[in-house]
Amino acid sequence: MTEFSQTDARKAQLAKRYRAETRFKAFGIGAICTAGLILLFLMGSILISSLPAFTQHYVTLDIEISERHIDTQNLADSDWRGLARASLRAQFPDVQGRRDKRALGKLLSLGASDDVRDYVLANPSSLGTSVRLPVTFSDDIDLLLKGVIDRELPENERVVSNQDLAWLDQLVAEGRISRKFATKIFTNGDSREPELAGLRGALVGTLWTLLVTLLASFPLGVMAAIYLEEIAPKNRLTRIIEVNINNLAAVPSIVFGLLGLAVFINFFGMPRSAPLVGGLVLALMTLPRIIIPTRAAFAAIPPSIREAAMGVGASRLQVIMHHVLPLAMPGILTGTIIGLAQAAGETAPLLMIGMMAFIVDVPTDVTAKATVLPAQIYMWANNPERAFMARTSAGIVVLLSLLLLVNATAIYFRKRFEKRW
Amino acid sequence: MNDTTDPKIKIEARGVDVFYGEAQALHGIDLDVNANQVTALIGPSGCGKSTFLRCINRMNDVIDGCRVNGNIAIDGQDIYSSDIDVVELRARVGMVFQKPNPFPKSIYDNVAYGPRIHGLSQSREQLDHIVESSLKRAGLWAEVSDRLSASGTSLSGGQQQRLCIARAIAVSPDVVLMDEPCSALDPIATAVIEELMEELRKDYTIVIVTHSMQQAARISQRTAYFHLGNVVEHGATQQIFTNPKNQQTEAYISGKIG
Repeated sequence: MTEFSQTDARKAQLAKRYRAETRFKAFGIGAICTAGLILLFLMGSILISSLPAFTQHYVTLDIEISERHIDTQNLADSDWRGLARASLRAQFPDVQGRRDKRALGKLLSLGASDDVRDYVLANPSSLGTSVRLPVTFSDDIDLLLKGVIDRELPENERVVSNQDLAWLDQLVAEGRISRKFATKIFTNGDSREPELAGLRGALVGTLWTLLVTLLASFPLGVMAAIYLEEIAPKNRLTRIIEVNINNLAAVPSIVFGLLGLAVFINFFGMPRSAPLVGGLVLALMTLPRIIIPTRAAFAAIPPSIREAAMGVGASRLQVIMHHVLPLAMPGILTGTIIGLAQAAGETAPLLMIGMMAFIVDVPTDVTAKATVLPAQIYMWANNPERAFMARTSAGIVVLLSLLLLVNATAIYFRKRFEKRW
Repeated sequence: MNDTTDPKIKIEARGVDVFYGEAQALHGIDLDVNANQVTALIGPSGCGKSTFLRCINRMNDVIDGCRVNGNIAIDGQDIYSSDIDVVELRARVGMVFQKPNPFPKSIYDNVAYGPRIHGLSQSREQLDHIVESSLKRAGLWAEVSDRLSASGTSLSGGQQQRLCIARAIAVSPDVVLMDEPCSALDPIATAVIEELMEELRKDYTIVIVTHSMQQAARISQRTAYFHLGNVVEHGATQQIFTNPKNQQTEAYISGKIG
């Protein structure tokens, strides 16, 4: 073997090549780091701004549950609000006059009455006794206690008056203030009061909608893909269908909303704002996103498996059902779940069919009025109350968690069904 | 190796033309295949020998734009006539492919698949028996009897190919087609499969496509030499290899072309 001839020119050329490779690697690492930092910043800022929404301040009051305020025969419709306010006033005997009494009462949330009512309904034995009970503060007081509203600001620049501050300081001094995890954000439907507004309605609405989407798009999409890929002759007509399916995936999603409005609501007379219509509209949008990866999954199955099955005399249907479909399943499931995740994050098509609406009740079936998570986030973002800012971020965190969960499921199924050959 | 008794003709091909779209791959093939013999199809790449093989179990049917003219009869019955069910045909004419292609299922299920879909067994015991005897005939039983539930793809290349042979004979075909079954195997695995073919031909008619002249000479009783979509010469293997009548055949066999 001859020695490597290391002329200067050759050395310089080599050094240049090495430098080019190093530079290329540095660009790649730089790109990944930039993307990672942006993502980290985005996630971090959303998470931090959502934190206030996950806790809530309560004031512990001594409440005398007597017949002076409540009607024992009709507990549900009693004056719980009056009882809660009276109990708070009992802490400040010197407050006189209508205006001051009203201002004091406004420290409490509208939901404070529910706190008392729910307690009494759950503990009927408390009737006629006196109990110590934490009740919900209003959103402004809550934000002040969390430090989101700055108490050092001049009085005319903050929503909490000096009088409110004085009362609050007295309650703090008496040790009556507590901070707890805000379960209402998961158990309540939407509300005009930020401290009472919850995601339950939107979450359940999203689940109903996705259920309809899955049931409508999965069988249709997989059957269409099987027929196109495995059975249909490859001719002009099937090529046209193929091109149009690909085009369908690129249609702006609001167009599907218009279609849903025209077809499902106006023509078929389905109910407005219902997960049934929302799910069907999203199913139209998801169809190409299931058909395309399903066809790809079928095309990726090695022809040798088909030949092997045909060689022992399997019919076309048996080749598909016994061999190709099981092997393509991981790909099909991944495509479906990613399609569903995209549908879960969609707002534009739902705008047209009335799912972007203020709906307090948690939907109980697919025809009930409902909204979905992204729509809820958008509506909260439009609310003027400051406490809705944190609620908006919290909604985003919940939506992202849901999507992460869905994608984790996709990965699980892919690993579970994957086979080697 | 030559059988002295006059053999029965199993497969009779007359004027077989095959077109892939506009291109003609086979030009009027006339060929007889004797029962219980190994017939080797040899010739340079692209000469149409695999195409002809795939006509015998109508595997070409699934290729878009593929058209077959002429007649192929097995036991006197035209397999391209409309009253022949292609699934039934493929159960009678098994096939072993160039690359071992076991299903990504257990060894047992690989062999049991054919009998299951054709309803060849009434009970689990019967199915067990078919699997065992097929694996024994394919010379694989001793190696896998203790791990029938292992994946077929976990076997070595040679074992996989014998598993594919077991799978093919599990449905009791009359004819076994082999498309270069040893091209992906080492010489030892090849020797095992060649021995197996000699054994199998007692019960089956075997047609094998091979690129190895020595293999054709070793295992076959009859040989057909294909060139550019024509059968240039066919006859007893000994005669083809020792005294070819056609110059082209001689050139190919002696290594001058191909």
